[in-house]
Amino acid sequence: MATEVLMPALSPTMEEGTLAKWLVKEGDTVASGDIMAEIETDKATMEFEAVDEGVIGKILVEAGTEGVKVNTPIAVLIAEGEEVPAAGATAETAPAPAALNREEGKVASPATAAPVPAAPKADTTPDWPEGTKMKTQTVREALRDAMAEEMRSTDEVFVMGEEVAEYQGAYKITQGLLDEFGARRVIDTPITEHGFAGIGVGAAFGGLKPIVEFMTFNFAMQAIDHLLNSAAKTLYMSGGQMGCPIVFRGPNGAAARVGAQHSQCYAAWYSSIPGLKVAMPYSAADAKGLLKTAIRDPNPVIFLENEILYGRSFDVPDLEDFTVPFGKAKIWREGSDLTIVSFGIGMTYALEAAERLAKDGISAEVLDLRTLRPMDTDAILASVMKTNRLITVEEGFPQSSVGNYITSVVMEQAFDYLDAPVINLCGKDVPMPYAANLEKLALVTTDEVVEAAHKVTYR
Amino acid sequence: MAVKKPAAKSNVSAEELLGYYRDMLLIRRFEEKAGQLYGMGLIGGFCHLYIGQEAVVVGLEAAAKEGDKRITSYRDHGHMLACGMDPKGVMAELTGREGGYSKGKGGSMHMFSKEKHFYGGHGIVGAQVPLGAGLAFSDKYKGNDNVTFTYFGDGAANQGQVYETYNMAMLWDLPVIFVIENNKYAMGTSVQRATRSPSLWERGAAYGITGEEVDGMDVLAVKAAGEKAVAHCRAGKGPYILEVMTYRYRGHSMSDPAKYRTRDEVQKMRSERDAIEHVRELLLTGKHATEDDLKNIDKDIKAVVNEAAEFSKESPEPALEELWTDIYA
Ligand SMILES: Cc1ncc(C[n+]2csc(CCOP(=O)(O)OP(=O)(O)O)c2C)c(N)n1
Ligand SMILES: [Mg+2]
Repeated sequence: MATEVLMPALSPTMEEGTLAKWLVKEGDTVASGDIMAEIETDKATMEFEAVDEGVIGKILVEAGTEGVKVNTPIAVLIAEGEEVPAAGATAETAPAPAALNREEGKVASPATAAPVPAAPKADTTPDWPEGTKMKTQTVREALRDAMAEEMRSTDEVFVMGEEVAEYQGAYKITQGLLDEFGARRVIDTPITEHGFAGIGVGAAFGGLKPIVEFMTFNFAMQAIDHLLNSAAKTLYMSGGQMGCPIVFRGPNGAAARVGAQHSQCYAAWYSSIPGLKVAMPYSAADAKGLLKTAIRDPNPVIFLENEILYGRSFDVPDLEDFTVPFGKAKIWREGSDLTIVSFGIGMTYALEAAERLAKDGISAEVLDLRTLRPMDTDAILASVMKTNRLITVEEGFPQSSVGNYITSVVMEQAFDYLDAPVINLCGKDVPMPYAANLEKLALVTTDEVVEAAHKVTYR
Repeated sequence: MAVKKPAAKSNVSAEELLGYYRDMLLIRRFEEKAGQLYGMGLIGGFCHLYIGQEAVVVGLEAAAKEGDKRITSYRDHGHMLACGMDPKGVMAELTGREGGYSKGKGGSMHMFSKEKHFYGGHGIVGAQVPLGAGLAFSDKYKGNDNVTFTYFGDGAANQGQVYETYNMAMLWDLPVIFVIENNKYAMGTSVQRATRSPSLWERGAAYGITGEEVDGMDVLAVKAAGEKAVAHCRAGKGPYILEVMTYRYRGHSMSDPAKYRTRDEVQKMRSERDAIEHVRELLLTGKHATEDDLKNIDKDIKAVVNEAAEFSKESPEPALEELWTDIYA
């Protein structure tokens, strides 16, 4: 049976090419793997191999022909002793590929799909039942308790990182875990972030629930390939088969006087990645409740802590199993004149500013996002629709900040409610300086939040 | 055809040899078909063929047991077929269709099968090495005796994360077999242009890891080395390195004109060291099979591959809603 040999596509973008040279002639016998021709694409000259065996019955496109379209028949392959079929009486041709309709393939993203969104409502159910007994804990203790509780309940949970075991944690977050759970589950690693982040992801693929501690998130830059390419995307690329239940946690953002390479906030970076979840707690109760949720989540979670907050004390509900759901902002202070949205250590400035503004007779509503992905945009929108003014506060750099994203959401979904331009307060657009005075200038401050509040309220 | 005279391997049964022949031929014919579908525009993007390297995965799979895991790079079609994944599902993923292993959302470089313990399919050079050690970690943690075959190329062998992983794998006695598929080139860069190390497997010695070089064009040699490595891992002695010397006949990917080596070099390998021809010779000289038997096998395999190709064309593209699924579990 005769087979047409078609002009091949030899690169992801090739549509046509030059048939530079035939290396076989009519009557030659070819076997699969024999080089039949040289074809020039826009990038290179490629050899074209036979796939089927047979005899070259006829060459349809002469050597030197330019602009030969992909899938044009260029030769006819026949079996030994067979006749070349007459032109037109087409031999068996592999079917042309189904044309893909690119327009049809377009899908509106949910952000732009719904023309008239239902009025957003903030979920204001309390995080714990009224009358719950509270205890005072530092963020550090709350994080440790969260891990210990989850490790007690599930053998699959283990902690891995530099100095997490014998040293009890560089920032003492894993204090006591080695004693209680042993070296099988609390594992010191060499200083090889790329390697152990990958091992953690592999262990998650293998059915465990690793907690990988980065001594600080600055060092996760060495491992970011595994966080994004291996952890975040595999579920999608596997069509839903291979999830990655893992928590990457550690301190993020500026500490104090540690200079540019140790003082960066990665909130905006990670929160832009589909497939990741990103939590960034402020209080001890949220640190505990969110970390427990993170460990149970079947997805990779980036858990951004803050060194300065580790030692702060807060009330934590004294419950056997206290968790905080992802995607639910917390209203720390209700107000009517403007909305201040923040997260992590930014909440310190937001709350201090609200206190001072109250004395000036300005009532600020303060929202703590708690998780950046998923983000509780309903709570932001509901608040903005009430106060008509918005400030965002974060420590990261200003360009492509979390505040920038929030602003776009508010522009798209609550533009008519705004009585003043949104202000995004961020760290300054400079690497973190070491000098004490300059460092202070580089960080966002309570003064700046107060000033911005006056600006948006025109008071 | 002048195939190197096979050493007498009296302990190999006809059945076993025929199995290797079939498995290797399936990979080769599948890859040839994939190349053809690429030429027709049915497969897009990057497509890295395994032609020439078939004996590596077939030999190592012969040393594996149920429960063992495998993970590799983007050059993954052979590994999937060798571990028993359905050629239809693999081919349909190559064409980006609903019937593919990843519903058409992964493509040639990103395919997985939990059922067959195949953990991908990874597009970033070297990434699968710590991931493989992590899989081995999970087995050790659970206390079973499974091992993980972690395949990577000679080019990947120069990545820093490989040595971070060697160190931890040995430190923690992880049951992982590092399989370096040394096909002599990383894209257009020959091994000699990428390193002055005389051998890649010997680098493991710096971490206390045992290893050896293996003739990757001899499926029986690969199987024997695989069995040794597997026994080492299952005995709890930690990782093992196999540097399997092999050769890829085709370009790095479909769009590689392969100007960095001569046609003669490729031709010489093909005619003198081809792994499939080698087994064919063993079968014929050992009177385990007749020319006709082998022709029938060829015919069967062609039918399997054609069926896979047909399926990969007929399976519809994924539903548009699929864009938004599988982002979170
Ligand atoms: C981190 C990274 N760098 C570069 C590339 C591009 N790239 C893809 S394959 C490849 C060569 C790898 O060669 P080798 O490890 O020998 O494997 P082989 O392709 O020979 O199987 C390169 C440079 C990549 N995918 N990832
Ligand atoms: Mg290579």
